[in-house]
Amino acid sequence: MIVELGHFALILAFMVSIFQMIVPMIGAARGLPGWMAVAEPAATTQFLLTAFSFGALTYAFVTSDFSLSLVVSNSHTLKPLLYKISGVWGNHEGSLLLWVLILTLFGACAAWFGANLPPTLKARVLAVQSSVSAAFFAFILFTSNPFIRLAVPPFNGQDLNPLLQDPGLAFHPPFLYLGYVGLSMAFSFAVAALIEGRVDAAWGRWVRPWTLAAWVFLTIGIGLGSWWAYYELGWGGFWFWDPVENASLMPWLISAALLHSAIVVEKREALKSWTILLAILAFGFSLIGTFIVRSGIITSVHAFANDPERGVFILLILAFFMGGSLLLFALRASAMEAKGVFGLVSRESGLVVNNLLLAVSTFVVFIGTIWPLLAEMFFERTLSVGAPFFNAAVTPFAFGLAAVLPIGAMLPWKRARIGRVVKTLLPAMILAIAVGLLAFTIYTGHSILAPIGVALAVWLVAGAFVDLWSRTGRGPIGSRLSRLTRLPRADWGKTLAHAGVGITLFGIATLTGYEREDIRVAQIGEPYTVGAYEIELQGVDEDVRGPNYLSTMATIAVREADSGRLISVLNPERRVYPVAGMPTTEAGINNGFTRDVYVTLGDPQDNGGWAVRTWIKPFANWIWGGTIIMALGGLFSLSDRRYRVAAGAAKQRRTPSEGVPAE
Amino acid sequence: MICLSRFLARLVHGARAFLRRGLPHLIVLMMVAATPVLAVQADEVLDDPVLEERARDISANLRCVVCRGESIDESNATVARDLRLLVRERLVEGDSDEEVMAYVVDRYGEYVLLRPTFGGANILLWWAGPLLLLIGLGLAIGYLRRRSRAEAPTESALSAEEEARLKEIMGD
Repeated sequence: MIVELGHFALILAFMVSIFQMIVPMIGAARGLPGWMAVAEPAATTQFLLTAFSFGALTYAFVTSDFSLSLVVSNSHTLKPLLYKISGVWGNHEGSLLLWVLILTLFGACAAWFGANLPPTLKARVLAVQSSVSAAFFAFILFTSNPFIRLAVPPFNGQDLNPLLQDPGLAFHPPFLYLGYVGLSMAFSFAVAALIEGRVDAAWGRWVRPWTLAAWVFLTIGIGLGSWWAYYELGWGGFWFWDPVENASLMPWLISAALLHSAIVVEKREALKSWTILLAILAFGFSLIGTFIVRSGIITSVHAFANDPERGVFILLILAFFMGGSLLLFALRASAMEAKGVFGLVSRESGLVVNNLLLAVSTFVVFIGTIWPLLAEMFFERTLSVGAPFFNAAVTPFAFGLAAVLPIGAMLPWKRARIGRVVKTLLPAMILAIAVGLLAFTIYTGHSILAPIGVALAVWLVAGAFVDLWSRTGRGPIGSRLSRLTRLPRADWGKTLAHAGVGITLFGIATLTGYEREDIRVAQIGEPYTVGAYEIELQGVDEDVRGPNYLSTMATIAVREADSGRLISVLNPERRVYPVAGMPTTEAGINNGFTRDVYVTLGDPQDNGGWAVRTWIKPFANWIWGGTIIMALGGLFSLSDRRYRVAAGAAKQRRTPSEGVPAE
Repeated sequence: MICLSRFLARLVHGARAFLRRGLPHLIVLMMVAATPVLAVQADEVLDDPVLEERARDISANLRCVVCRGESIDESNATVARDLRLLVRERLVEGDSDEEVMAYVVDRYGEYVLLRPTFGGANILLWWAGPLLLLIGLGLAIGYLRRRSRAEAPTESALSAEEEARLKEIMGD
């Protein structure tokens, strides 16, 4: 019964979305206040209906209702509760429902917190947002309905893909969707502004918090996914340039560009049409990502479904929204006249360079991702584009961006003198070169890219803090320190985000450059050394039973090679999930600040030993540490007073600390 | 419209082609996955560290044909193991890196190269980034020059009422 109600609520939500797409738009065009005002309750209703529908599906999963075909193919009674819940979005249909749930949530948020928006703009934003949700409701109801019943329910389900039964991956999709879908808000604002025919500083100020929030969620989502890949896939890789990963990287890069160019719109009323274009493209790349994951047109490790029909449906959605908005852009963009005047060397120019590099890297990732498809379609060549291509093609842009970032970030608005900025940054530059040279001389015979990456990472972090310090003005240290605590949160956010990029870059450079690997047959009770560590296989238990899996678990002691001090006892496992019939490896990892010791267990050998692989991974955690700091920086910026006023609007009704993350 | 439908037809065709090729691979993948082995195994490692290093470099650039986008260096599949052994065999017999690559491509096709060649249409792929950067740089410089020469507009685009409202919103 609850399932039918959920299904019905979804159909109702679809109806409401069509209504909300049409009525407020006409109201805004004709100047009918009642017609415009209807968008607000409609957005709330849409969200509540979708939330109810999602709740009904979750209920079916939690109670293991095997009369639902989706529950049968993705759940099992023995599965732990957390994974019963995460199983809701661990499949195509359910994850789409989560997609629209978040989409309608963002729409409702715009309705609730948009009191400051001009009524016509608000009505149009909500109408455009609703047209996106209408398209996705149609997609779910007509091609991917999660509420299909089975005539003869089986006694038990087929279990969720065991690789997905993991806390890291349980929360990876919701964050990614919050990011993808958050960009729909920037898209709606862009299209509404094009219809309205006006973009000004206030528009930049309204769009930026949504983009920033989306970017923060994307950052967390990508970080979680990469962290999961690191410990779960069994060889400690953190990024594979898989099409699905690229699908999340492209919106991340382009939204990073967008949130920077929106600053220029907000502060200087320039780059308007470019910012609109970026807002359209950012959501476009989100849709392309959805298309890549759902259509199975580009084979990938974690694509859901291989269904060309669904792919074509998403392609039509993509064609409609991108075609429509780009056409509108072509017709209206020339009306967006820039106002701000600035010199060739200025913060504005710095942000243009930022945008250029980010946009071109996005394009490189995009063309690399779809090239196998293009080559097959137009040149009849079956080929692959893998990690070696992306590493070679993207690294120069990443390095270029890192090299100019600290300088660009410190240039004053309007007109700047580069010499003065370089002078302030000189200590950071010297430190960076010194550390880079140190890395180069300590680790000879490795790739030259690693010390360059290290130097750039130090440059980014040091540059970010020099920038922050320079914001405190002149005077004695004490008064500057006290001024430091009173700087706007946006300044802290900028510093943290930029330093986070540096920390992640440091982790990537050292991990890829200076990793140490050991592959061998280990005998029980015979220790051996890897780098500065002594590894001893102490035993293997071949009969460990988990809730829904069987496991072979090794006990491996890690000691310091010099002193013999025990650091950790690791338990790498090889699991088999009998219901899904799938094996997984669970690595044994000793996390450390400066290195991870990472061991995996292989096959038993004929002569009695076990295959064991050991890695010493320097600064591995810095990759995700930097990601967290980036996200934190975004949250700090988001909590800046200016955005609370613009986005929150309800300052009289609330205490200042409410609704402020990162406090 | 005709153009669009033709494009869609091509796309569906492309997707089908991928499925034809991809699906058998996937089935093989499931079968081999039932008996997992570690990526590079201890018994595969060559005694000569220099040759082994070269073997690893080559392996990282070769795709495991039954997997989805994994290199044979990372893959657990038995087919990947066979290919790793083949690469090492060729190296021990004295082939250069290029000769090993050519040998493998001869047998498995261009599909196994994770780093596409520069030949033919692939030029587009490799030059897309630098080319776009140059174009973008040209456009950006043009834009920045126009901006630095432009006159600051004197009249406000906002009405007096809107100015007041803006002031209230900005709060500063």
